[in-house]
Amino acid sequence: MVNIMEANTITKNPGTAVLEDRAQAGTQETAERIPVFKTNNFNLWYGDNHALQDINLRFNQNEVSAIIGPSGCGKSTFVKALNRMVELVPIVRTEGEILYRDQDIFNRKMTVEELRTKVGMVFQKPNPFPKSIYDNVAYGPRVHGIRKKKVLDEVVEKSLRDAAIWDEVKDRLNENAYGLSGGQQQRICIARALATEPDVILMDEPTSALDPISTTKVEDLMHELKKNYSIIVVTHNMQQAARVSDTTAFFYQGYVVEHDDTKVIFGNPRDQRTEDYVSGRFG
Amino acid sequence: MQLIDKNLIAKKRSGRLTLNNAMKWIFFLCTMVGLIVLVTLIVDTLMDAVGYLNMDFLTNFSSSRVESAGFYGAIIGSLWLMLVTVPVAIFLSVATALYLEEYAPKNKVTDFIKINISNLAGVPSVVFGLLGLAIFVRAMAMGNSVLAAGLTLALMILPVIVVSSQEAIRSVPSTVREASIGMGATKWQTVSRIILPAAIPGIITGIILAISRAIGETAPLVVIGVPTTLLVTPDGLLDSFQAMPMQIYAWIKMPQEEFQYLAAAGIIVLLAILILMNSVAIFIRNKFSRRY
Repeated sequence: MVNIMEANTITKNPGTAVLEDRAQAGTQETAERIPVFKTNNFNLWYGDNHALQDINLRFNQNEVSAIIGPSGCGKSTFVKALNRMVELVPIVRTEGEILYRDQDIFNRKMTVEELRTKVGMVFQKPNPFPKSIYDNVAYGPRVHGIRKKKVLDEVVEKSLRDAAIWDEVKDRLNENAYGLSGGQQQRICIARALATEPDVILMDEPTSALDPISTTKVEDLMHELKKNYSIIVVTHNMQQAARVSDTTAFFYQGYVVEHDDTKVIFGNPRDQRTEDYVSGRFG
Repeated sequence: MQLIDKNLIAKKRSGRLTLNNAMKWIFFLCTMVGLIVLVTLIVDTLMDAVGYLNMDFLTNFSSSRVESAGFYGAIIGSLWLMLVTVPVAIFLSVATALYLEEYAPKNKVTDFIKINISNLAGVPSVVFGLLGLAIFVRAMAMGNSVLAAGLTLALMILPVIVVSSQEAIRSVPSTVREASIGMGATKWQTVSRIILPAAIPGIITGIILAISRAIGETAPLVVIGVPTTLLVTPDGLLDSFQAMPMQIYAWIKMPQEEFQYLAAAGIIVLLAILILMNSVAIFIRNKFSRRY
C-alpha cells in the first residue's frame, strides 16, 4: 500500500500521454478521434482537501469514455467539474483548465447555463421531477424557450424512443413519473437529458441504483447513443466499463493512474495498480 | 453458547406490548383535550349567539342599541384588512424564504438572520402595533387606515410564513434541484418551475396558520386606533375601517348583558369566515400536493 502511494507522485498520467501520442501520430484509427473535452493540469480542492490533482485527460467525440476507480478517488467530483455542477458545493476551489471543444469552461464568455445545455447529465439516483412523464422530458426544451406544442410533442417522442422507453410509456405520458419503476425512471431521466439535444452526456454511476435487467438496457442504450452523442460515464462496475466503453481512465486517490483504450486497460495495463484494480485485487 | 436469554425475552414481551398500546391511548387522550376544549368553546359561544345570528346582524352597522347593532361594518372592514395583509405577507415572506434558502451565501450572517426571524415570531403582537403606530400611522401619515393596519398585521405574521416556507423549500430534494440546474435551467427557472410548486403545500400550511392569527388579532388594532363605531365601510385603502376582533372586544366591554351575546354572534361569524378562507387555501394545497 505504501509503495502504491509513493508511486502515485512519480507517474501521474502515463496513459494520457499514450492517447495524445497516438492522436498526433495520425494513424488511421486515431485520426478521426475528435476531442470534446480536454483537461490541462486540472486541480480541485474541497476546502483543504486536494481532491483532484493535475488531471490531464481527453475525451473523444462519439465514444463512450469510462471513468473507474475505488470509492472516494474523485471520479464523481471530476465528472461534475466538467459541467461545473461541482460548484454547487460552496467550498470548492479549482485550478487549471478544462477545455470543451477548445473553449475554457471557466472563461466568462461561456455561462454555466450554456455549458450545461451542451453538456447534459444523468445522475446516480433516478431523479425525475414530480411532474408527468411528458413534462419531465419537455422540461429542458421549455426552459430554453421552446413553446410550440408540435415541436415539444416531437422532441418528447424522439427522446423517449432514443432512451428505449417509448413503448413502455407512450400510453401514459400524462401520468406522474414517480409511478414508474426505478429502471424506467432512470431511462426517463436519460430521455430528459437527450431532449435538450446535448453534445456530451455525463453519466454519474447511472446504473448503480438499478436491477440487472434495467442495467443491461441502459448499457445497450449507451452503445446506441454514442452514434450521435459523446458519453462520459463514471462507474463502479468494472465489467460495465469493459463492456460499454471505448476508453477508460483509472482514478486513484485524486490522480489519474492510467488512461487508455479500454482493451488496453483491461487487457494489458501499463501500471501495476491498474492491473490490480481491474482484476479485483483491491478497490 | 447462547448469549441471549430467550426466557428473558419472553418475559419482557408483554411489557413492551402493553407500553405500545398505552402510548396510543395517551396520544389519543392528548388529542381529545384540545378537541373537547374547542368543541366546548364553540358550543358555548353558539348557544349564546343563536338568538342574535340573523340577517339584521350581518347587515346592520354597529350601534349603541342592542336591537339595531350589527356586524356589517366589521365584516367588510376585516375583509379589506385581509386584502392588504395576506398578499403583502405572502409576497414578502416567500421571497424572503427563497432568498435565505436558495440565494443567500451560506455563512454566519445568513445563519444569524435565520435565527432572528424565528425569534421575531415570538414578539408580542402589541409591539407590532406600536411599530405600526410609529411608522405607518404617524411617520408615513397613513392614519388609522386599512393600509396602515394591514401592513402592521402583515409584518406581524411575516415570521410565521417565512419559517414554514423555509422548511418547505428545504424539504424539496436536492436531487431534483440538481436535475434542473444540470440541464441549463437558470436559478429562477429552477425556483419557479420545480422548487416552488413542490414547496407550495408546506408554504400554504404556514399561510393558513398566519391568516388565522391575523384575522383574530386585536392588540395591534387597539394600538393603531381602529374605531369601534363607524357607520361607513371603507372605499379605499386609506379609509378608516372597523374590524371583527375590535368589534367583539368592544361589545364584551359593554355593561349590558345582551352585548355579550352579540359578541358571541360576532365570534361565530369570524370563525365561519376564517374557515371559508382556510378552505380555499386547503383546496389549493391539495391541488399541489405531490408525492416524492
